[in-house]
Amino acid sequence: MLYKNPYNHYFDYVVQRDIDKCIRCKACVTQCSYGANYYDADRDLIYSLDHNCVGCMRCSTFCPTDCISIVRNPDAFRLNANWKDHNIKDLYKQAGTGGIIITGMGNDKPFTNYWEHMVVDACQVTNPSIDPLREPMELKTFLGRKPDKLEMNKNGDITTKLAPQLILETPIMFSAMSYGSINYNVCESVARASKELGIFWNTGEGGLPKALYGYGKNTIVQCASGRFGVSPEYLNAGAAIEIKIGQGAKPGIGGHLPGEKVLEGISETRMIPVGTDAISPAPHHDIYSIEDLKQLIYALKEATRYEKPISVKIAAVHNVAAIASGIARAGADIIAVDGFRGGTGAAPKAIRDNVGIPTEVAIAAVDERLRQEGIRNEVSLVAAGGFRNSSDIIKAIALGADAVYIATSALMAVGCTLCQQCHRGRCAWGITTNDPELSKRVNPELAAERLVNLIHAWSNEIKEMLGLMGINSIESLKGNRDRLRGVGLSEVELQALGIKQAGI
Amino acid sequence: MKVVYPREQWCVACNLCEVACMTEHSKTKDPLKMYLMERPRPIPRTRVEYRPPLSISTMCRHCEEAECVEACKNGTLTRNEKTGRIELDQDKCLGCWMCIMACPYGAISQFTKGIGTEERAVANKCDLCPDREVPACVTVCPNRALVFEDRG
Repeated sequence: MLYKNPYNHYFDYVVQRDIDKCIRCKACVTQCSYGANYYDADRDLIYSLDHNCVGCMRCSTFCPTDCISIVRNPDAFRLNANWKDHNIKDLYKQAGTGGIIITGMGNDKPFTNYWEHMVVDACQVTNPSIDPLREPMELKTFLGRKPDKLEMNKNGDITTKLAPQLILETPIMFSAMSYGSINYNVCESVARASKELGIFWNTGEGGLPKALYGYGKNTIVQCASGRFGVSPEYLNAGAAIEIKIGQGAKPGIGGHLPGEKVLEGISETRMIPVGTDAISPAPHHDIYSIEDLKQLIYALKEATRYEKPISVKIAAVHNVAAIASGIARAGADIIAVDGFRGGTGAAPKAIRDNVGIPTEVAIAAVDERLRQEGIRNEVSLVAAGGFRNSSDIIKAIALGADAVYIATSALMAVGCTLCQQCHRGRCAWGITTNDPELSKRVNPELAAERLVNLIHAWSNEIKEMLGLMGINSIESLKGNRDRLRGVGLSEVELQALGIKQAGI
Repeated sequence: MKVVYPREQWCVACNLCEVACMTEHSKTKDPLKMYLMERPRPIPRTRVEYRPPLSISTMCRHCEEAECVEACKNGTLTRNEKTGRIELDQDKCLGCWMCIMACPYGAISQFTKGIGTEERAVANKCDLCPDREVPACVTVCPNRALVFEDRG
C-alpha cells in the first residue's frame, strides 16, 4: 500500500474480518485469486489488501466461521447526482492508463426492466385453470422452419417435406459461451446438463474441443466473424449451426478473448497461436448485405447436406424487426435476438452499458413484424439477454419468442457472483479462467447437477404458470400477448411491447 | 470397505477438510471453540498438499496389507476385523514412530496428547469418523474432491 498510486486508491470493496472468529485456516487466502488476502506468519494473522478485492465473495463463502464480510468501501466521494461513483472511478482509471475500460458480464445500468412492468393473466371462474401436478403439461418445443400447410396421405401420414428441427424438452437453451472465455470444465458441465435435459448448448465462437464431440446431438456450433475453430468436422458435429452476427453485450463489434486466456487447449481448438488476443472482426467480411448472409446460410446448409437448421444470432438494435425480416427471407431457420443485458467475457464498458436495446421490446417488434409479413412460421425466434427467472421466460414466450437462451443465469448456477472480472482470466469461481489451478474449481459432475436442477425448477414453474392461465401446452402461449398486461408503462412503451395496460 | 478417496483434479485447496476433521475430533465439535479454547488443539488427520496448480487432500488408506500394523510393536494399530478399518489406540501408543516410518502415504502424524504432566506424543491418523455415516471431510468438501466409496 505504501507504493500505491494515489489515483488508484478508489477501490470498491473492503474485506472485513472479525479477528475474534478467525481460525487461521487460510481458506480465504488460498481461494482469493486476486491476491486480496494473505497470511502474516510473524503475527499469526490474516490481512487483506482491499484494493485487490473484486467483491466476488469467494472468501466469505468459504470461511468456515463466517468471519468475513465483503462490504462496499465506505470511502465516499461527495454526493453528486451527475458524477456518480463509477463515473469518477472510471475517469481516474483512464487518466492513469490511457486505455479503454474493459469489463465482463451484462449491462448493469438501471435501465427500465420491462419484465418487471408486465404481469401475467390467470383464470378465474369463467375459464378453468389446469393443475400441472395432475394433468399433462407440454413444454416440448420445436425450433426450425415450419411449412405453410401440411399435406397428408390417406393413412394420415404427413407427406409434406419438413425442414430440420431442433427438439427441446423445455424452451430453454444455454446461450453461446466460447471455449476460452469459459474453461473446458464449464463447457463440459453445460454440455452434460444439455444432454440430460434434452436441450441444447451453444459452443460460442471458440470452436468445439475434440473431447466434447460426443455431446454433438445437444450442441449448436457457432460460426462467427473470426471463424475460430470452424472446419467441416466442426460444422457437422453439432445439431445446428449458428451464424453470429452480433452479441447483445457489444453490438457492432466482434468477440474479444484476451491473450492471457489463450492457453494450449484453446489455441488448438481455435487454431490460433498460444497467448494471442483473439479479436473477431466487427463485421463478417463476407457479409455486407442480406444477400451475402443468404450465401453463407446456404454455404453452411450445403456443407451439412441440408440436415441441420441454421440459426442467425443478432444483437437487439434499433431496427431489429427489419433486419430479422431480412434474415428470415435469407433462409435462416432460427433467429436469435440478444438484448443489451446479455453477458460477455470481455467488452468495452462504454459499449456494454450504452449500445443496443432490451430483449423485451426487440422480441415484441420482431414477432410483430414477421407476423405482419406473413413469414412468422418460416423462422423460430429465440430470445436472449438477461433472463433471471422462469417468469421472465414466460413473458418472453408470450411476447412471441419460441424459446430462450440463458447464459448469465447458467454461470450463476455454477457459482458466478457477477463480479464482472471475466476479462481478467482470474475468475475465483473457476468459470472464466483457464488457469489450471482455478479451472479445477468447477467440477462438471457437480456443476451439471446444479444446471439440471435450475432448468427443472424453471420448467416446473413454467408449467405452473401455464396451468394458471388455463393453457396445457407452451405452443399455445407463443405470441399470446393478450395474456400480458403492462403496469407503469407509457402508452408508447405499451405500443412497442404490443400489450394492453392492466385493467383494460 | 468404504474409504475416503481424494480426487486431485477437483481439489481446490480450501483446507475445509482439515477444519472439519479437527472439529469432528474436538471435544466441543465447534470450529471456533476448538481453535480458541481446546488445548491441545486437535490436528487434522487429513492434510492438503498444495503445490499449485496441484493440490490433494491425503489421509489413511486403511490398506489391505497395512504396513503400519505390521510395524507397530505393541498392538496400538490393529485392523478391526468387523469393519476392516485400521484403528489406532492412542492410550497404548508409545510414540516410537515406526508406523510413520512404515506408512507409504505419509498419512500418520505425531500429536501431543494431554497437557502439562499428562503430555505425551502419540500417533494420529484418520479413523473415518466412527460417529458419522459419512466422514466429516467428505461432507464438507465443496467440490466433491473427497468421496467415500467402496472401490473393492
